[in-house]
Amino acid sequence: MSRAPERTGASGPAVETHGHGRSRSRVRLTRIIVLHLFLVPLALIWLFPLWMMFIFSTMPDSGIFSPGVQLLPSDQFLTNLAALQEETRFLRTIFVSVVVAVIYTALSVMLTSMAGWALVRYRFAGRGMVVAIILGTITLPYFVVVIPQFILVARDLGLSDTWVALIVPPLFNSLGVLFMRQSFSLMPTELFDAAQVEGVTEWQIFTRVALPLAKPTMAALSIILFLASWNNYLWPLLITNSPEMMTAPVALGTLIGVTRVSWGGIMVGAVLLTAPMLLVFVFLQRFFMSGITAGAVK
Amino acid sequence: MRKRTITAYWFLAPYLLVFAAFWIWPIIQSFYLSFLSTRRQPWTFNPGVTWGRLLEDPAFLNAFKNTMLILAIQVPVMIALATVLAVLLNSTLLRARGIMRFAFFAPVVVGEVAYAAVFRLIFSEDLGVVNKIVTGVGLPKVDWFANPTAAMAVIIMAVTWRWAGYNAIIILSGLQSIPDDLYEAATLDRVTPTQQFFRITLPLLKPIILFCVVLSVIGTMQLFAEPFLITNRGGPGGATETLGLFLYRQGFTSLNFGYASAVAYTIALLAVAISLVNLWVGRDRT
Repeated sequence: MSRAPERTGASGPAVETHGHGRSRSRVRLTRIIVLHLFLVPLALIWLFPLWMMFIFSTMPDSGIFSPGVQLLPSDQFLTNLAALQEETRFLRTIFVSVVVAVIYTALSVMLTSMAGWALVRYRFAGRGMVVAIILGTITLPYFVVVIPQFILVARDLGLSDTWVALIVPPLFNSLGVLFMRQSFSLMPTELFDAAQVEGVTEWQIFTRVALPLAKPTMAALSIILFLASWNNYLWPLLITNSPEMMTAPVALGTLIGVTRVSWGGIMVGAVLLTAPMLLVFVFLQRFFMSGITAGAVK
Repeated sequence: MRKRTITAYWFLAPYLLVFAAFWIWPIIQSFYLSFLSTRRQPWTFNPGVTWGRLLEDPAFLNAFKNTMLILAIQVPVMIALATVLAVLLNSTLLRARGIMRFAFFAPVVVGEVAYAAVFRLIFSEDLGVVNKIVTGVGLPKVDWFANPTAAMAVIIMAVTWRWAGYNAIIILSGLQSIPDDLYEAATLDRVTPTQQFFRITLPLLKPIILFCVVLSVIGTMQLFAEPFLITNRGGPGGATETLGLFLYRQGFTSLNFGYASAVAYTIALLAVAISLVNLWVGRDRT
């Protein structure tokens, strides 16, 4: 079934009522104009920072700080990229970011779908408590755990500048558990029971019956988790010191405010961080939106 | 133990291990740390230098004041804007819907560092593009990062730019669950669109708007990257220092884990308290 047609409190009449077709269409036209007089300038303001990020990434610093306002791209992108690469080996940090985000996303989806499955499929001692602890602590600010996490990982275990430190601690995120639990709970139990009667093992019921049905949810969850990992700043900032293991946001952050570094180069970094996610947003918008709304928990 | 219980825990175990090690245990550990003096080894029990210090520390009080100021201005402005945006973006009268949605929703995927860099650059005092526009229309140049009020305004604008669309997406999903016939009936009764917004849309959206408020409060309490990067470590002179940034300084610059943990718990308690007040104010009076 398709979703309800879009409409709103501010829209025109949803049903045709009385006559006076012309005056009504004039009212409608006026409303369309007023709506756009408000929304178009606001949309341009909203697009402005992203547009300028792109424009500045193509300009030499002399152009960025020239007296006039330039709104069209220049041709210095590759020059700026070369400068950025020389300053931080930025392509290496992008590589680190990609590896971390991919492995983190895969692991998180795997762990949390198993956990979500257990909570739906089985009635077991401690089930209520597990759910209560997850839900009861989900809105606690991340800052509450960041200090002990740092002491444990960096000081006690000495894992600074390692892949494990970048990937494993953020896996605590319980978003996926709630997400997958919701998805599994909507599936008909008979399906799983029938498989069980036929002697299929519990693990196979999970991987061959339940998971394929949960693909859209897994796609939405993957996008949200990948984005979170890709943009994660505080934890990688704390846990990495060597340029070899810095993620791209951390490396870019070290350049902001350093006068020696060109702004054009920094903007190239910002574009390289942002553009892939914008493409994901544009082409996978459906999954992206459902990821944000269904699991609207940061 | 029954066989099915054991199977259940096999499925749960990998996640629960990570969850316990990196979430539950740190929550407890942090509480314990908040009572310890950690400035020199060995750490000793001394809540006087952690919890006791909070109310006497002008730097903490400054960060607290700034955070509350941002909270009081930024959250209401952003939620109101997000609600209006959601309603307008959902309108059948809207043209170029795809581009409009892109304009407001795109910031949701932009990382903190990338957008901090852009905002720092476009607001820079000398020949930043915003100042070029400001002076271009005949207004005096603003020293965005030297003037405390202006610096605070930049932070508020930046956070609003980044998060308004995120909240609008959530509110939009709430809008789409309001049944059409309510509006049809109202239109038949000649209720104007504005009245429909205040009498139908807003009351029905209340739970989801409250949810957005709570999320935003929690987010604002942890504001860190923006003052760290845009206003250069909470400048000018601590004018944009937030609780999140203060915690970062105490924990990871001064390595004073005990005091930083007390700050962390203060942030958590404030977030919970403010959220509860919001839910209480917004409760259904029936």
